[in-house]
Amino acid sequence: MSDTSSLTAAERADTREEHRQADNRTLFGFWVYIMTDCVLFASLFATYAVLHNNTYGGSPSGQLFDLSSALAETLLLLTSSFTCGLAMLAVQRRRKQAVYGWFIITFLLGVAFLALELVEFHHLAAGGNSWRRSGFLSGFFALVGTHGLHITVGLTWMVAMLIRTAKSGLTRANVRRLTMLSLFWHFLDVVWIFIFTVVYMMGGV
Amino acid sequence: MGSVIHGQMDAERGTPRSYTIGFALSIILTLVAYIARVKHVLSGKGLMAVLLGLAVVQFVVQLFFFLHIGRETKPRWKLLMLFLMIIFVLIVVLGSLWIMYNLNYRMSPEQINQYMKNQAGTGL
Repeated sequence: MSDTSSLTAAERADTREEHRQADNRTLFGFWVYIMTDCVLFASLFATYAVLHNNTYGGSPSGQLFDLSSALAETLLLLTSSFTCGLAMLAVQRRRKQAVYGWFIITFLLGVAFLALELVEFHHLAAGGNSWRRSGFLSGFFALVGTHGLHITVGLTWMVAMLIRTAKSGLTRANVRRLTMLSLFWHFLDVVWIFIFTVVYMMGGV
Repeated sequence: MGSVIHGQMDAERGTPRSYTIGFALSIILTLVAYIARVKHVLSGKGLMAVLLGLAVVQFVVQLFFFLHIGRETKPRWKLLMLFLMIIFVLIVVLGSLWIMYNLNYRMSPEQINQYMKNQAGTGL
């Protein structure tokens, strides 16, 4: 036992426990960031709710938005949240091929969501309903645009993590980062539920 | 649970079953809300209440099945932060609506006209 290079089983268990606690602290820190981001979205929701009747003579929300397109966006993002969860299950079981597969599917669903959103923005702007049209539309673009920006950040992060995992494998640090990414992605889906309900479904009610 | 690896992080304890249940429930809740809205089953305040209610139920479903809230061991700091966030969100959203409702209610038409004249041509 005098040999310092070989650790006893108890010492290895101690190190493992320390790592687990350090990872949990990092994840809690990330959770606090997510909760703070929710307050940012709350202020944008409040702005939208206050302004949504101030259309300055333009079309109200009930006539402007295409509900079937919003439903398609919702189903895409919801499915991507599910496949992100399946990717994390593969991470826990250290199945590298499945991790890539599920994250690539998640990424493609996210890109499809973003594409539908940009098409919608383009249609609105082309029809004279840009953010400059009214307070209501400024609030709409600020709220939905901020969510779209988060999605863009999430997609970029996903690509970075896939490259990193390809290079260094499913190390402890990479597993921690992938866990944070999955928290972020699920959170964006949760925010979208309320955008879908408040902006699209409740418009014109 | 035989495949759970020692030393894994507490935040992620999903199973294929929990993710599938969460996904199925979310799809059902979304479609029910969509059908209620499009088929005009309800209208006005009743429809608003139903849509908001379904969104809150889906919020709880995703918190539980996707974000694994409520399954952490004590002390439950994540849950505490979540409650704090919900309180902040409610104060910001309901407070803004209440203040602006009162502002609109108390502003006279002359004041509104003067305000709009001052604002004319200053949009971004």
